[in-house]
Amino acid sequence: MLKDLITPETANVFIGKLGDILEKAIGKPLGYAINWGRIWSLWPVHIETACCSVEFGAASSPRYDIERFGIIEAFGSLRQCDLIVVQGTITRKMAPRLRLVYDQMPEPKYVIAMGACAITGGLYFDSYNVLPGIDGILPVDVYVPGCPPRPETLIQGCILLQEKIKRMKARTIV
Amino acid sequence: MTTELPSDIKPTSSKILLEKPSSDWLPPGLALQKVDERIMTLNVGPQHPGSGHMRLIVQIDGDYIVACDPDPGYVHRGEEKMAEYRNYITNIPHLERPVIHDSCNILYPYVLGVEELLGIEVPERAKYVRVIAAELNRCIYIMYWLAIYGIFLGHSTMFMWPTGDRELLIDLMEKMTGARVTHSHFIPGGVRNDLPSNFEDVCLRQVNYFEKRIKEYAAVFYDNPILISRTQNTGVLSRQDAIRLGVTGSVLRASGIDFDVRKKEPYDVYDELDIQSIVMKEGDAYARSKIPWLDMLDSCNIIRQALQKMPKSGSVRVKLKPNPKGKGFDTVYKRVESGRGSLGCYIVSDGKPEPYRLKLSVPSFRNLIALPYLLKGEKLGNMPSVYWSLNYWPVEADR
Amino acid sequence: MSSASEKPVEVKPEEKPTTDSKPVVKKPEEKPTTDSKPVVKKPEEKPTTDSKPVVKKPEEKPVELPAFEKSISDKIVEKFGDKVEVAFIKKDRVGINVSRENVHDVAEFIRDGLNYDHVESVSGVDYPQEKEIAVVYHIGSYTDPSLARQILVLSTRAQREENPIPGSDATKLPTLRDIFYSVEFHEREIFEMFGVYFEGHPDNRRLLLPEDWADLPPLRKDFTIKGR
Repeated sequence: MLKDLITPETANVFIGKLGDILEKAIGKPLGYAINWGRIWSLWPVHIETACCSVEFGAASSPRYDIERFGIIEAFGSLRQCDLIVVQGTITRKMAPRLRLVYDQMPEPKYVIAMGACAITGGLYFDSYNVLPGIDGILPVDVYVPGCPPRPETLIQGCILLQEKIKRMKARTIV
Repeated sequence: MTTELPSDIKPTSSKILLEKPSSDWLPPGLALQKVDERIMTLNVGPQHPGSGHMRLIVQIDGDYIVACDPDPGYVHRGEEKMAEYRNYITNIPHLERPVIHDSCNILYPYVLGVEELLGIEVPERAKYVRVIAAELNRCIYIMYWLAIYGIFLGHSTMFMWPTGDRELLIDLMEKMTGARVTHSHFIPGGVRNDLPSNFEDVCLRQVNYFEKRIKEYAAVFYDNPILISRTQNTGVLSRQDAIRLGVTGSVLRASGIDFDVRKKEPYDVYDELDIQSIVMKEGDAYARSKIPWLDMLDSCNIIRQALQKMPKSGSVRVKLKPNPKGKGFDTVYKRVESGRGSLGCYIVSDGKPEPYRLKLSVPSFRNLIALPYLLKGEKLGNMPSVYWSLNYWPVEADR
Repeated sequence: MSSASEKPVEVKPEEKPTTDSKPVVKKPEEKPTTDSKPVVKKPEEKPTTDSKPVVKKPEEKPVELPAFEKSISDKIVEKFGDKVEVAFIKKDRVGINVSRENVHDVAEFIRDGLNYDHVESVSGVDYPQEKEIAVVYHIGSYTDPSLARQILVLSTRAQREENPIPGSDATKLPTLRDIFYSVEFHEREIFEMFGVYFEGHPDNRRLLLPEDWADLPPLRKDFTIKGR
């Protein structure tokens, strides 16, 4: 009888129901495990937007070594990335591209606003070509102040993000 | 279930696209061109591991680049406009932001120009402190450039070694100025602070160690057959073309022209120091990538000479009146040799506390013009090695 | 301090008691704003036959001009007469003002006759009161060792429009790209920042500003930034 019920059309429904049952039973520990996996493999997108990228590069250097904390160097394709570190000033020319990059990243994705320019416009608050912060285009998770922030500050921002992810509700079974 | 459009509302988009564009105001890459099936247009950047903060519109035929159209301006922040609203002192912090890891050198021509406008003579010790700071900054810049060059060529060791070793000099600059990269150390009339007490000894020791370290790069990078095969005879810029295109710095000296502003038009105390300007004849990407490294070795020499010749005590700044201003209408153009080449600053003063017009003539912008010529006929895989060998920093080019 | 430009040869004082020229050491009070600014803008309105040999301030003591720089400006003046005007002669810097009709010829002579070979920087300066936009070329030389220290400042002026339509109004200048190849991107930048259209430039597209920029050219003085 069960064999008759499970056809390719209904299989998805059954798997979904199974997912619900599983989530009821072991959802909480499973979500914790998934979040635990996420925080140690944050991949930043390789997009430099302004001069803070110098300090982002220095944070990957042997002295600061951001990989210790599970932030991998920004080498990969943006289709595999889940973190975007907005490194400084966003100009009006860059803003649509930044949003485009963000939209192409798969869920779940997190945003760190690095530097005073990305937070409020910073030193360029009155420039004609600079956005006053990136709040209007991206949902920011962590703000890292400084002009530019020291690598230690950036590392602390990343750790704060990991703390935040730990407390987030993971969508456990998809 | 297609809904009929009312006859008076036409979809206009196709009509607009088919009209002949007025090519003056179209952004690069959007102008309609005659389509050739063999030619493919690629957008490299601004999100691309081999582009930095700019976009290159590359047309390729198979694997070979037919045309390249650089599209800078992603970091255009209007420095020159903002400088007209700030006075000569408050201009200092934001004028160094285009190249924060070479911040002393980008401030240098501005400070020299303001000093000429105000008619200030700088104390001798301040000149030596400036030279030391500028040379340390040049090394810090070139190390970062070298690290990114390693990344572009897929050479991860060459990212890790320079970024680690440049922290030595960053420590020195931090000791001297109090900031990691944005020093704001040069002011009209001298430098902001005197050197800390035991700076000379620490500086000498660290520079010696630094020199020993960067000599080891030859084995892992410059003598590496993979690097040589990727960069030699790639993107060759001939001597005539280098003059015609007006490139500067390491790009110029790699093409066999001996031009170094430190030597040709010495500013501050560079005429008392022994400077080699390194020249190579080949003009290819290998020569362009090797000259900054040799420059660093030379900078270590200059720092040692300057430490030796520096007056051991004395004032390092002239006290300025608050809100200094030029006397009447005047123009000044000063240039220095930065980590990328000759960097000029043109100031027009009209006797107000703010400059009437300030123009930074930056080497990155001047070198950018060579990129379409170098990439024509190259393989697409060689694009990053040619592009970054131009010693190009997009934030500076856009200002 | 090695090049040939350093010979401190005494110049005959009656030869040229300076329209505007001053070495660095001169007291800047001797040059009030009111007479120096018209000097820069002069060549359009009246080609000023009296501009070179004019004795402006007889009481001014004859200043010692740098000899090498003086010889450069003399060559240009000899060739073009009153079409050009020497704005200033300082140490290592020679300033030449020229009207927009003659800028192409003068630049050609600077390249062929004086061995200058590249342009370092092209700057625009907006003068709203005088209804002009100045375009300043800083020209240097790589090939001639005696000119290595020298920068020739060639300044010309374009008509300024109150309501600019970039590319379609009277703010135009002849391009120098066919003479100095290195001005290509610089002139594109001037076009978008000041609205000065360079006639004959093959590629007058936008360079740095965003694609949807529809405001005034931003470096004009009547474009004000927010909050200021």
